[in-house]
Amino acid sequence: MDILWAFIIGGIICVIGQLLFDVAKLTPGHTLCILVVAGSILGGLGIYPALVEVGNAGATLPISSFGNSLLQGALDGAAKNGFWGIWEGILGKVSSGVSAAIIFAFFAALIFNPKS
Amino acid sequence: MLQKGRQTWFFDPRPTIFATGTVVGRTEGEGPLGADFDFIQKDNHAGKDSFEKAEQAMLEQACSFALTKSGIAPKDIDFFIAGDLLNQITASGYTARNFKAPYLGIFAACATSMEGLALASLLISSGMAKNVLTATSSHNCTAERQFRYPNEYGFQRPPSSQYTASAAGAAVILPQGGPVSIDSATIGKVVDLKNCDPVNMGKAMAPAAADTILTHMQERGVSASDYDLICTGDLGEIGRDIAWDLLSREGFTYDKTRFVDCGMMLYQGNKKVFAGGSGCGCCASVGYGHIYKKIASSELGKVLLVATGALFSPISLQQCESIATIAHAVALERS
Repeated sequence: MDILWAFIIGGIICVIGQLLFDVAKLTPGHTLCILVVAGSILGGLGIYPALVEVGNAGATLPISSFGNSLLQGALDGAAKNGFWGIWEGILGKVSSGVSAAIIFAFFAALIFNPKS
Repeated sequence: MLQKGRQTWFFDPRPTIFATGTVVGRTEGEGPLGADFDFIQKDNHAGKDSFEKAEQAMLEQACSFALTKSGIAPKDIDFFIAGDLLNQITASGYTARNFKAPYLGIFAACATSMEGLALASLLISSGMAKNVLTATSSHNCTAERQFRYPNEYGFQRPPSSQYTASAAGAAVILPQGGPVSIDSATIGKVVDLKNCDPVNMGKAMAPAAADTILTHMQERGVSASDYDLICTGDLGEIGRDIAWDLLSREGFTYDKTRFVDCGMMLYQGNKKVFAGGSGCGCCASVGYGHIYKKIASSELGKVLLVATGALFSPISLQQCESIATIAHAVALERS
């Protein structure tokens, strides 16, 4: 049942991305930004955490989850250190993902050459 | 030599394409026209450490084939006319570095091949040069990342997208002696019907192709049926059909099977290229390889080659400019 819900929630998010791409004719960059921003707005409204509750990895895997994490980090930081905590919290929560992306990309670039 | 109408040059005496050189990549070499090219460069890097240097190497090689076949030493070239898609047309500029010949760098995006051929013919026919080398190139890995997305990014391609050909073509133009003569050339006007989709270039360029073809017929005083083949540069499947519809609407009648496109011929049957090939090298390699050989062997008599180009840059697109397009036509026939 968890797998089915993950498929449904994750699938819906991806369908929205594909529609932005094919129907609205947005570029990959625009599509990505819209999903991130939407994830953080839904996170602020408390909707995204509910999606994660139901869909688990279906909601945490798509890029919209990154937006949600940014917002949750900002809220946690604000609760802990007030105004300046917002700025500490934003990147704190997502630092593992961001660091991994940079470091793994660096090693991949060392080993592989671009291909057609 | 005569200016006919406003855009057409009628060459008298008629210059000839004395020899050509073509180099293509692996995908192009495996296509139906593979046997018509001088060399198939199976390595995307052409043994160099960057794709840009690989493109330049292919351009140099194509020039070298054309020069060797015509027996002209690099130091004896009167003029070198070339262009490509790289920023600041570096493949051409750096190739010209080898020749120590007067160099005219040109840019008409994928219409560069026929702009070069038209200008070379003008120099020869007017007596301003004894011989001219004209060449152009494109490389899939350099153009895709410059104009669209890097290949390794894995961008989802829509069916209307085209595949930049890794190919280079060069031709030596002499006043006489070549098997293929240049009858006339029609220089295109910039046409912009406010298309903005960089993955549907065929649609954007079709009106320019139709405009140049109609102008050529009218100013040169010929009818389409005088040509055995009317061959556009890189409209692809979608653009070719749009160009055909636009021409038909203007009362243009022709055998549709003889209204062909270099971008489609180069890859016939290869699903990887979606709507067809594109890039400067597409029209140059098919024109100077396949079509040149067909005319030289008398399988074709008269051919109108219409190279089509989209004059946009990534920055113009980011600034929400539409895609301006152009098409240059050159009429070739058996000498």
